[in-house]
Amino acid sequence: MFGTLAFVVVSSPGWPRFQASFLNAELFWEALPKVVAKFWVNVQLFLISEVLILVFGLVLAVLRSLPGPVFFPLRLLATVYVDVFRALPGLLVIFMLGFGVPALRIEGVPKDPFVWAVVALTLLYSAYVSEVYRAGIESVHPSQEAAARSLGLSRWQGLRYVVLPQAVRRVIPPLLNDFIGLQKDTVLVSTIGLVEVFRQTQVLQAANFNFTPYLATALVFLVVTIPLARLTDWLLRREKERRVGGVMRASLPQPGERGVGGAM
Amino acid sequence: MTGTVDGAALRIEGLWKSFGQLEVLRGIDLEVAEHEVIALIGASGSGKSTLLRCINLIEPIDAGRITIEGEEITARGIKVDRIRRRIGIVFQAFNLFPHMNVIDNVTLAPRKVLGQSKAVAERDAEALLERFGLADKARDYPDRLSGGQQQRVAIVRALAMQPDLLLLDEVTSALDPELVAEVLNVIRELAAGGMTMLIATHEMGFARDIASRVCFLDGGRILEQGPPAQIFSAPREARTRQFLNRIIEAGRL
Repeated sequence: MFGTLAFVVVSSPGWPRFQASFLNAELFWEALPKVVAKFWVNVQLFLISEVLILVFGLVLAVLRSLPGPVFFPLRLLATVYVDVFRALPGLLVIFMLGFGVPALRIEGVPKDPFVWAVVALTLLYSAYVSEVYRAGIESVHPSQEAAARSLGLSRWQGLRYVVLPQAVRRVIPPLLNDFIGLQKDTVLVSTIGLVEVFRQTQVLQAANFNFTPYLATALVFLVVTIPLARLTDWLLRREKERRVGGVMRASLPQPGERGVGGAM
Repeated sequence: MTGTVDGAALRIEGLWKSFGQLEVLRGIDLEVAEHEVIALIGASGSGKSTLLRCINLIEPIDAGRITIEGEEITARGIKVDRIRRRIGIVFQAFNLFPHMNVIDNVTLAPRKVLGQSKAVAERDAEALLERFGLADKARDYPDRLSGGQQQRVAIVRALAMQPDLLLLDEVTSALDPELVAEVLNVIRELAAGGMTMLIATHEMGFARDIASRVCFLDGGRILEQGPPAQIFSAPREARTRQFLNRIIEAGRL
């Protein structure tokens, strides 16, 4: 399959030219360190944003799952927020914040595009992440909260110690999904004048009239993202093993179990 | 033995509860003295579980009053968390916290609600686990335990709060038959130790042995109550006889 595909590509009429403008080995090695250096900006962007997103998303999810008429205004507010920021194209929000807010020239408001990039990514991704959290919260059976409350734990304590720890563990894979999406979307902020990896790549491409630098950038993203996915798999597996132990041991009674002894 | 007015550990007066159109409890009156063990029997849907959930304030009630040692817990503005500390409940489905090991399940509420230090809470929890034959399971996660062990942990978890009153909601119904005895023995020991308990159960033999009083619930009312000897051998009501006959036919008494 792959062999055939490779043959079709390599024997295509445009192949020599493609090879020259996309697969220039010399240029690749020249571009790589420059690309990696600017990728550091993206790393900072997504690490800072991710922390803020995880916190803000959780706050939104908790607000949306508050019961009763007392909390209706908060629920409504959180719902409207999520609806709006999931509906808006990311690029649009980045533009409006990155160009719009500094243009207001309000005293003390930062002009640094990095700040507005973080704000925009946080606002956008928190809406998605809050929905992931909310699905996790709702997947925890109500009997768990009932058990917590029946022991005298307050609603907040039940959420903090019983519901959320279970909810968050269950949504780690979809959270990682959004985290990878965020990493890739950091290149969107190149449009508001922040020199990060994509902007750097464009500069290199324009200077050399060659697309090979893009290949270097693609490689950098792969190198970061794929190990992260494997790490998550490993964490989940370890957690499960700790909880359940051997697969079959769970349901079988074990020796010495009838400690209380005697017949009924 | 019908509890004096002043010494009542629990008094329920005119309790009504409905879910939408369905009236589940229709005027329950019940007085429980300290150290009494009340068995609630009756068909599925007769209101046993709902009654227990109302006493623990998990379900809001529609009408009536519930009083615990003279304090009305259904009064307006009462702090439900404070009341629930005094009332332990054990559920049919155990409801252990699967993300915590046994010792953390047991010590969570003493630490977070009563403000006990980790050392004190764990020492008390280990003593309780030891007493119920679970000492070697303290660091295991619930999924590693058998149903009987899980239910015993759930009982220990409720006891760790040192409740004045323990509610047991069909605690053996989800267990394999050979695991029922170990749980019933725990309850027997608690009864011997003077714990005031309300037990909703389908184990009639157990109810006969352990209860100081048996209440037969039918259609959301306590139709008949009395000492086990009377209820099981000479029930006054036709409905009670009918229910018990069906149990006997099923070979469960």
